[in-house]
Amino acid sequence: MADINVRIEEFDVVIVGAGGAGLAAAVQTGLAGLKTAVISEVYPTRSHTVSAQGGINAALANMDEDYWIWHMYDTVKGGDYIGDQDAMEFFTKNAPKTIIELEHWGMPFSRTEKGTVYQRAFGGQTRNFGESLAHRACAVADRSGHAILHTLFERTLRSDIAPYVSYYSEYYALKLLMNEEGHAMGIVAWDMVNGGVHIFFSYAVIFATGGNTRNFRTNTNAHVNTGIGWTLCAKAGIPIKDPEFIQFHPTGIYGVGNLITEGVRGEGGYLLNAQGERFMKKYAPHVLDLASRDVVSRGMAQEIREGRGVGPKKDHILLKLDHLGHDFIMDKLPGIWELAYKFVGVDCTKDPIPVQPTAHYHMGGIPTNIYGEVIKWEGDKEVPIPGLYAAGECACASVHGANRLGCNSLLDLVITGKQSGISAAKWIREEKPVFPNPPEEYVADKYAKDVIDKLNELFDGPEGTVKMDEIWEDLRDTMQHNMSVFRIEEGIKKQLDIIDGYFEKFKNVGLTDKSKVFNTELVEYFDLESLLYVSKLETAAALNRTESRGAHYRDDYPERDDANWMKHTAAYLKEDGSVELDYKPVRTKPLTAPTFQPKKRVY
Amino acid sequence: MALNVGDKVVFKIFRYDPEKDKAPYYKDYEVTITRTGMMVLDGLNQIKWEQDPTLTYRRSCREGVCGSDGMNINGVNTVSCMSHIEDYDSNVLVIKPLPGFPIIKDLVCDFEDFFNKYYVVKPYLIEKTPPPGRERLQSIEDRNKLNGLYECILCGCCSSSCPSYWADPDYLGPSAMLNAARYVFDTRDEGSDERLDAVNNVHGVWRCHTILNCISACPKELNPTKAIANLQKEILKRKY
Ligand code: SF4
Ligand code: SF4
Ligand code: FES
Repeated sequence: MADINVRIEEFDVVIVGAGGAGLAAAVQTGLAGLKTAVISEVYPTRSHTVSAQGGINAALANMDEDYWIWHMYDTVKGGDYIGDQDAMEFFTKNAPKTIIELEHWGMPFSRTEKGTVYQRAFGGQTRNFGESLAHRACAVADRSGHAILHTLFERTLRSDIAPYVSYYSEYYALKLLMNEEGHAMGIVAWDMVNGGVHIFFSYAVIFATGGNTRNFRTNTNAHVNTGIGWTLCAKAGIPIKDPEFIQFHPTGIYGVGNLITEGVRGEGGYLLNAQGERFMKKYAPHVLDLASRDVVSRGMAQEIREGRGVGPKKDHILLKLDHLGHDFIMDKLPGIWELAYKFVGVDCTKDPIPVQPTAHYHMGGIPTNIYGEVIKWEGDKEVPIPGLYAAGECACASVHGANRLGCNSLLDLVITGKQSGISAAKWIREEKPVFPNPPEEYVADKYAKDVIDKLNELFDGPEGTVKMDEIWEDLRDTMQHNMSVFRIEEGIKKQLDIIDGYFEKFKNVGLTDKSKVFNTELVEYFDLESLLYVSKLETAAALNRTESRGAHYRDDYPERDDANWMKHTAAYLKEDGSVELDYKPVRTKPLTAPTFQPKKRVY
Repeated sequence: MALNVGDKVVFKIFRYDPEKDKAPYYKDYEVTITRTGMMVLDGLNQIKWEQDPTLTYRRSCREGVCGSDGMNINGVNTVSCMSHIEDYDSNVLVIKPLPGFPIIKDLVCDFEDFFNKYYVVKPYLIEKTPPPGRERLQSIEDRNKLNGLYECILCGCCSSSCPSYWADPDYLGPSAMLNAARYVFDTRDEGSDERLDAVNNVHGVWRCHTILNCISACPKELNPTKAIANLQKEILKRKY
């Protein structure tokens, strides 16, 4: 059959995704003088990193005494002890350096009276191993994500990097190429603007595709967050680590899900139930509203469940911050003022913002070691897959364990992004792998036939009898219902069947838009397919984990069970579409610090 | 005009698919108000998901920070995700791609020229002296000078509303120059001379005739005109 406008290019490195993690990687491969392609569904500054608000953690000690080991302890505890402590040490230890580097690259941090980087309090961040609140989140007002994304992108525009980095914006990745020996060798992508298949061959591939909670009714994610990195890796036989741990952010705007930063609570805002009670004192007597996110979200959901929710449906909670004062809000939280005003008509200098727990973030992902190398397991041993790297939210090192702390995600994406770039460069420069260079004539047929066939089928085939919207709307509702803050066997089991039903229905989805130019229906088709796989991996893993840990809470197994469940899930997508689960040891030994042993989590 | 749930509004949308249409045309769609505070983007999604999957537009963050969905709604440029349908006070919304930008398909236009102009102003920190071991210090006051500049989302609404931008294909435009100002007025930057050189010409700061369209177009309420005027002042200050 006709090939769809195939073009082939060769690069040293292909980075999939141009958010913070992808750009942090591109800085490194660019500095190393490697010919780099960054392919992204959207122009870099449109990536979802832009929506992060609160800040980025580092024990800079600009406000009060602080040490990386305290940050590490909080991260281990926040993650409910299932995080890999070597990665957590690497991550927290390198944080201060990372902030300084970003500042040097021009990041417009808010400042203290002394002129240093301003740091605010955030949930789960403490001094001296839980003793008192820490001010650790380095902030750019409440636009920290925008600032970090623009700073990283701008860094790649400087003359020492720009000649090496080519941006392929509005390209949609459709397949990860691996050779017979199991090395990554490139990406097959769809050129959205011109309409054509683009094959990128490379020594190394770095995945940095971000998050994927568009499968929930209320979520903080952008439209592009559909998990294509997970899906492409899973289809290539790479397991997804810990997909059951999905973070529900306590304060998404009621009804629409847009994020209201935890920084509001960090600066002194607090939550109220319908009786006007500061209910968090029941769930976290020491730090109240600044407990870690899983604890706060569960507290809120519990209040709602027991009938103390706000509004005619008693289904949300109020976030009060007017007592912080008009000037303070406009100076430190201008973005959330705008969001609350625009989305629910609330002037938060006067009235509280209606909020609800909202799907936000994946702690799990494409499994990596601390070097950003994607690994597979041989028995219990982790073995790097040559030429394959992953960073940021789509990856799992795991620095967040079962629950991420606020402001650790921006840190994650710069540190793991940078590390994956350094590792890819090191591999290419030092190991001198052979370039995967198949003869031109056979290429499209050999490497992209499945993709081309699928595209032809969609373009030439019928419009389909099922509307995508039907599946998508349903998926969001059922995931929200069965896979939310509280989970129970019956519901999760039902959800698995429901998802299988969606896959059946999805077979009858076709395209109405047959145009090859900027076909966003085609993009949504692959988005939805990806979210179905993501949902399936999440749900299957959640069913098996018969304990409650971090963000994964089982009504039928309310306790953490270290004896049986102190282990990572490795979820494999099989050829027949089923999910196979395996379990792998937690890396409990840090690089130099002593191991933090599991304790009961109290906030 | 207050709109209630259940009310209908007509979206009259510019359509053009280069693969099949000889010329652009407008198509009417009926959008049902499903909640108070419904945005134009919600209306577009409703059309795409329920009525006509071929309708094409960009979107991502749906909260006014990614800059994907700049478009012209009833004559005014803005991002659709932050524009309440009811604020237009009309039963009919005429929706067009950003004026002056080449059209790719429907509401999607080509930003290449816009971004190239942004690159011209060297939108990154230029350092000449090596940085200290810690962060550079900057006073709160100096940092505040960047407010109103660093928040740009590169949505193109300002440049696309500027008559000088339409008339002079080489004009850098308000967005690029606001981004130049972002660094010129950053006390940490040491590259202002080269950056000012890039904008000190008839296609740069001197092309602006303070028509002010760009200010009313900016969904982030930034003020490119003021940024351009400040660049002009800075150039004069340095030269003479
Ligand atoms: S003020 Fe200047 S930049 Fe703005 S619209 Fe007018 S001419 Fe264009
Ligand atoms: S200045 Fe405003 S209108 Fe212009 S590109 Fe930036 S955000 Fe958009
Ligand atoms: S969708 Fe991001 S600005 Fe509108």
